[in-house]
Amino acid sequence: MLHTLLKSMGIGGSFSGGIEPDMSKITADASISTSLMAPLYIVPIKQHIGEVCEPLVSVGDTVYKGQKIGKSQGYVSVPIHAPTSGRVIKIEEHAIPHPSGMGLPSIFIEPDGNDIEDRSLHPFSDYRNTDPAELRERVRFCGIAGLGGAVFPTFIKLLKDQRNPIKTVILNGIECEPYLTNDHRLMIEKAKEIVIGIDIIMHMVGASKAIVAIEDNKPDAAEAIREALNEVSLPDEVQIEVRLLPTRYPQGSEKQLIEALTGKEVPAAKLPMHVGVLCQNVGTTKAIHDAIMLGRPLTERIVTVSGTAVPRPGNMKVRIGTPMRFIFGQHGLDDFDGIHLLHGGPMMGEKMKSIDIPVIKSTNGLLAMHNATMKQAHKLEQPCIHCGHCGVACPIKLVPNMLADQCRNDQFEKAEQYNLFDCIECGCCSYVCPSNIPLVHYFRYGKGQLAQISRETSFANESKQRSEAREARIAREKEEKAAKRRVVREKHKPAATDAESDKKTSDTPPTDEAST
Amino acid sequence: MMHLLAAVASFGLFALAFGVLLAVACRIFKIEGDPMAERIESLLPQTQCGQCGFPGCKPYAGAVASGESEVNRCVPGGERTMLKIADLMGVEPKSIEEEPTAPMIAFVREDECIGCTLCIKACPVDAIIGAPKQYHTVIADHCTGCTLCIEPCPVDCIDMLIKPELLEHWAWPLPDTHRAQQATERKGQHAPYTA
Amino acid sequence: MIHLSSPHIHGGDSIRMTMLSVIFALMPAAIVSVYLFGWLAFLLITVSMFTCVATEFIALRLMGRSATPIGDGSAALTGLLLALTLPAYLPWWMVVLASVIAIVLAKQLYGGLGYNLFNPALAARIILLVSFPLNMTAWIIPMHVGTPVINLYDFNACLNLLLFGPEALNTALDAITMASPLGHIKTEWSQGVAVTDALRAYDYSYLDAFLGREAGSIGETSALALLLGGIYLLARHTISWHIPLSYLATVLVLAAIFNLIDPNHYAPPLFHLLAGGLILCAFFMATDPVSSPVTPLGQVVFGVGCGLLTWSIRTYGGYPEGAMFAVILMNCTVPLIDHYFRPRVYGRAPDRSNRDA
Repeated sequence: MLHTLLKSMGIGGSFSGGIEPDMSKITADASISTSLMAPLYIVPIKQHIGEVCEPLVSVGDTVYKGQKIGKSQGYVSVPIHAPTSGRVIKIEEHAIPHPSGMGLPSIFIEPDGNDIEDRSLHPFSDYRNTDPAELRERVRFCGIAGLGGAVFPTFIKLLKDQRNPIKTVILNGIECEPYLTNDHRLMIEKAKEIVIGIDIIMHMVGASKAIVAIEDNKPDAAEAIREALNEVSLPDEVQIEVRLLPTRYPQGSEKQLIEALTGKEVPAAKLPMHVGVLCQNVGTTKAIHDAIMLGRPLTERIVTVSGTAVPRPGNMKVRIGTPMRFIFGQHGLDDFDGIHLLHGGPMMGEKMKSIDIPVIKSTNGLLAMHNATMKQAHKLEQPCIHCGHCGVACPIKLVPNMLADQCRNDQFEKAEQYNLFDCIECGCCSYVCPSNIPLVHYFRYGKGQLAQISRETSFANESKQRSEAREARIAREKEEKAAKRRVVREKHKPAATDAESDKKTSDTPPTDEAST
Repeated sequence: MMHLLAAVASFGLFALAFGVLLAVACRIFKIEGDPMAERIESLLPQTQCGQCGFPGCKPYAGAVASGESEVNRCVPGGERTMLKIADLMGVEPKSIEEEPTAPMIAFVREDECIGCTLCIKACPVDAIIGAPKQYHTVIADHCTGCTLCIEPCPVDCIDMLIKPELLEHWAWPLPDTHRAQQATERKGQHAPYTA
Repeated sequence: MIHLSSPHIHGGDSIRMTMLSVIFALMPAAIVSVYLFGWLAFLLITVSMFTCVATEFIALRLMGRSATPIGDGSAALTGLLLALTLPAYLPWWMVVLASVIAIVLAKQLYGGLGYNLFNPALAARIILLVSFPLNMTAWIIPMHVGTPVINLYDFNACLNLLLFGPEALNTALDAITMASPLGHIKTEWSQGVAVTDALRAYDYSYLDAFLGREAGSIGETSALALLLGGIYLLARHTISWHIPLSYLATVLVLAAIFNLIDPNHYAPPLFHLLAGGLILCAFFMATDPVSSPVTPLGQVVFGVGCGLLTWSIRTYGGYPEGAMFAVILMNCTVPLIDHYFRPRVYGRAPDRSNRDA
């Protein structure tokens, strides 16, 4: 309780739970290099949360860098753009960075080497006097999604909503995953662009206060941002401060960051905007700057190439669609025997089943780990000894050991009651477990089963409704036919005199209709 | 002796009183219909395929509720449905005899279709659309895979295809660890757990 | 390579490290026990630990399971803890029986490590106490405390005692034992003697109780040695402070209140704290992770319950010492505590409903 009180006053500045792993920031001092032109670019039609894009090009078309090649469908969707100029050589399914190893239709572009840009988008030089709705549409058009890894379509968050006004914009420069340093280097090398990006965001949502949150293992990044704040001229009412937070995982998780900076908790099933806060990753912020100030869509991003098995780790500017093999090759790794590839960081990244998968918008890190390193993390699972360390480490304050037990034993409804869906899958629980139980894996299994059960139940209910509607329809049709028959029989009854009809009605019983 | 008589008399009176109470309660709180059959029906997948031997899910549910049929007849429902029904009925689970198959969808090869509407009439959920002398087609999202349309087709132009797995519906399987395997084995041995 | 989901790094903690750290924390108490009870203590610990590990091995093989779990150190720890709760002299077969009960009855039959409801060492001790009350309350006179009848530093004497009983040394159980402080005040109170008088007659000193120079089971006497181990475990985060603090605080508060009301009937709080197996139970038994609650609030409730029961049994119960009964009784309530005392989830009200923004 004292903790919460202090936090709300801005003292203490951290969240409850979490772990302090070895950060392994071996690429922290490696300045961003630029990738060479790959021989082929594979652009999947979905790299974001939401609907897939519809390809706008066909095989044989010539495309330019930044040209829109996929149209977004539905509201929660953003378009995709060509990473370089070249020719579309095929559009077919290809594996994407997904733990299932499954694929999506992708647009294959063979570069022509000239890298000619599509300059149809004009820069907004005076964004402060531009309607935020126009800027928001530009952010959407440029295909910007959360580059911290969540790839949620950014324009949806940049809404100036009267019911939930944004008071504070939080810039997420935490980067709490071990090994990853792309945001770190971006803050050092592109500090001015980031600061302008912050101002653009603040104008778009109508906020006057912003906090750039950086972990305290990145003092050089904080310094760079502070210098940029002095150099860039900002309107007087805009207040941007840099705050250093203790280095803990998962400090960069949105919920935990808001808890640490404001002392408030985002209510369950609600969003940060309901507590007047907007969180944005620094990489996304720089992409917003490029979209508004330079008219450039999202076609490239910074990727940290690191891990125990990479000879020359570094941070690289990579075009979307570059095959991973090509990136690793530029860092000295060609032989992938006995090596495991992680897409993302070691805590929340996923193991890739193949090396020939393209880099997409969510690729913040590419890690190559030796077999031995992976084996150390995935040892034999032993029974739970109820030590409770998982509950202490959980930033959401769940009881991971009970949840995992329930998921393993098919007690999914009980797991839901124990708030399984509040789990952010950060991995702190699995990290501390002395019995090496793959807790997060059990939660994902449970969530998947619950989603499947929910889908099956609603499908069964719909089928039942259709079946009942069909039976009702058949009964109705039968009734209508019977009614028609009665009318016809009435019409074709033989005409009779009054005397005869009297006799007939008293003697003869009505004849039964012949069945047809 | 008096004590004995008093004890017997008082117990007898209690028994009588509670018996009357129960009889009255049974009369007052009587529910119309068969709630057990409805509850069982809500567990079934509503495929209306008839593989259980009954003409639809509702009759099967009624048969299970009245004890006429076994709990393991529903093939599309699979192991999970069987366990839930067995749990509801309070009986031992019995494994399904048929091999579980992947979910299937019917598909009409339109260039061979002669427009006879026999499959349309056979479909229990009206998932096939078409008109006489027009091509028929299956609404994939509505098809339950019951296979009742295959037989009536006079030109055998309907195929059962495996339902494609969508990326957004993919789910993590159980971890491939020894303990997870043990849990799967134990589930087959014990009665279903009531959460 | 097994395809498991993230995370792909691990903190390095393991069951073996946890168990070994507890064994290490018990070393001061073990050393003091050998200082006070000589070779008897040593033999007791050795036989108990060996039998526990061997029993677990045999039990696992008999059940058709792999015997690798004996490498996690939990059986060895149970053996050590069990030995520390026993009187210095028990016939050898009672020690073996206790170990077998602890491992087979209280652990393996429940499903092995992680599945037992009760603390195995305490469960075995209670079964033995109820079955063999005379032997289990016969506290050997320790060395350096009063005048011991036999020299416990003589290995042969101790071995003969263990194997063949006091007759082998031409002596009787009564002659080589004395009452524990708790036992003494309980018997005296039943004869109408006030607590303060009884303690004076016993020649009781708080310093002796703190250092361990008193009669009792071999591991429970020295509060100092146990506290050293307990603080080590707290510092290493093997155990959390919730259970020991709430347990000891409850006993302290209860004893203090009642002692103020009637000092003749109710023993002083510091006496309660240092007497019997309270500190041993509070730091090493009640904190056994498998049989104690998982949530911090649940652990406090558990500790308070243990404290309440311990003090009540000591004061009003038939047995002089209530700590082990208290812990076992509270072990029964752990699944219930775990369900009802879960922490408040982030972003939700305490009743787990959705909070308003």
